[in-house]
Amino acid sequence: MTTAPILRIEDVYKSFGETRVLNGFSLTIQPQEVVVLVGPSGSGKSTLLRCINLLHPPTSGRIWLEEQEITAPGVNQDKVRQRIGMVFQEFNLFTHLTALGNVMIGLTKVRKMHKQEAHDLAMFELERVGLVERAHHYPAQLSGGQKQRVAIARALGMDPHIMLFDEPTSALDPELTGEVLEVMQQLAKEGMTMIVVSHEMGFARQVASRVVFMEGGIVVEEGPPAQMFEQPVHERTRAFLRKITDLDEGGQ
Amino acid sequence: MEFFQDLVTTLNFILQGLWVTIGVTIVALVVGLVFGVVTAMLRVYGNAFFQRIATVYSVIVRAVPVIVIIFILYFVIARFVNLSPFWAGSLALGFASGAYQTEIFRGAFQSVPSGQMVAARAIGMSRWQAIQSIIFPQAVRLALPGWGNEATLVLKDSTLVFVVGVPEILRRAQQVSARTLEPFVAYAAALLLYLALTLLTTQLLQWLERRYRLQM
Repeated sequence: MTTAPILRIEDVYKSFGETRVLNGFSLTIQPQEVVVLVGPSGSGKSTLLRCINLLHPPTSGRIWLEEQEITAPGVNQDKVRQRIGMVFQEFNLFTHLTALGNVMIGLTKVRKMHKQEAHDLAMFELERVGLVERAHHYPAQLSGGQKQRVAIARALGMDPHIMLFDEPTSALDPELTGEVLEVMQQLAKEGMTMIVVSHEMGFARQVASRVVFMEGGIVVEEGPPAQMFEQPVHERTRAFLRKITDLDEGGQ
Repeated sequence: MEFFQDLVTTLNFILQGLWVTIGVTIVALVVGLVFGVVTAMLRVYGNAFFQRIATVYSVIVRAVPVIVIIFILYFVIARFVNLSPFWAGSLALGFASGAYQTEIFRGAFQSVPSGQMVAARAIGMSRWQAIQSIIFPQAVRLALPGWGNEATLVLKDSTLVFVVGVPEILRRAQQVSARTLEPFVAYAAALLLYLALTLLTTQLLQWLERRYRLQM
């Protein structure tokens, strides 16, 4: 059962000035996989996501999205980003637009849809995240969990082939993380390929097809969640996962 | 009673200058808006070369008295292109206001949180698309209070075009004063008109500010 990978990251390095954040990172992701990326802060998780969608193009190394090498010179980066949905820790909703407007603007400006068509699709995406009745609210009138669900709907509207989540629940009150994780779980069930940077270990256990532990800009260890949690090979993995699992359970 | 009758007659005469004042102010504000927004964009988002030009424009223009710019436009440039006193004066004011509006919009562009640009790029917008449809609409709202302040300043600076003979409020007040030898009545009428204009403008701008306030 060898399907073509949806994403292939090969020996990616990324430096900001003198600081090297990614140190030859490699990872291959199959369609419909849900990869949960964990690691101590500063290990390069967020940088990796931003390299993948070329917000911070890698210093060296190559990345393929489906058939296309997106790090090749001359690639239309705007087109690449359309195929990669991204959800941010701080939501980053467009403050001057309603929930509906946030989802619609990419449809009309980037996908060049007509207004009515964009409206209908945007309403459909809001429905998917359970926020139709909030369509005409501005971001300031929404709770954190609702904001993040609108942000997910906004990304879904672009019809991405893969979704990147950069600590999607870290800025939320504990009682609001559930509604966001539920939406993500639903997406996984529908077969969306996802890379999730998160320390929600419950989510990782239930939804992830693989857990990747990174530190110092490289993969230390990876495997199915059961193996990673029960019998990790590296002592470092064991120590880190035990620490955040304790935290997770302590918080519940 | 005679004072008030004089005042009314005078007001009636000066009132014709009101439209000229409004015209000069609007032309200057619009020209300044175009200069201001374009220059601010170049300063914040342009390459080093454009940033340089934009900075030079706003530094030099702000260092020179507006009246000097009016003279340059009317006595130097108007020799080569056909410019009426109205247009020379209004364009000069607009050019000067543009430098101040640059600073207002530069601050506004810079206070839009950087996550807005990142999120716009992440859904596949080009840089220019993001500036146009995400950053600019927010910057305009953030700029409104400062812009309102500039609008009232331009309204008052519009009196300066009287030096090239544009028959606006002050110029007409001066004519009345010279003819009737009653400067108090003449300038009191001018004062009332300016006061009314300024108050009206402030009200309008405050309404706009409330209407388009960004909820953060």
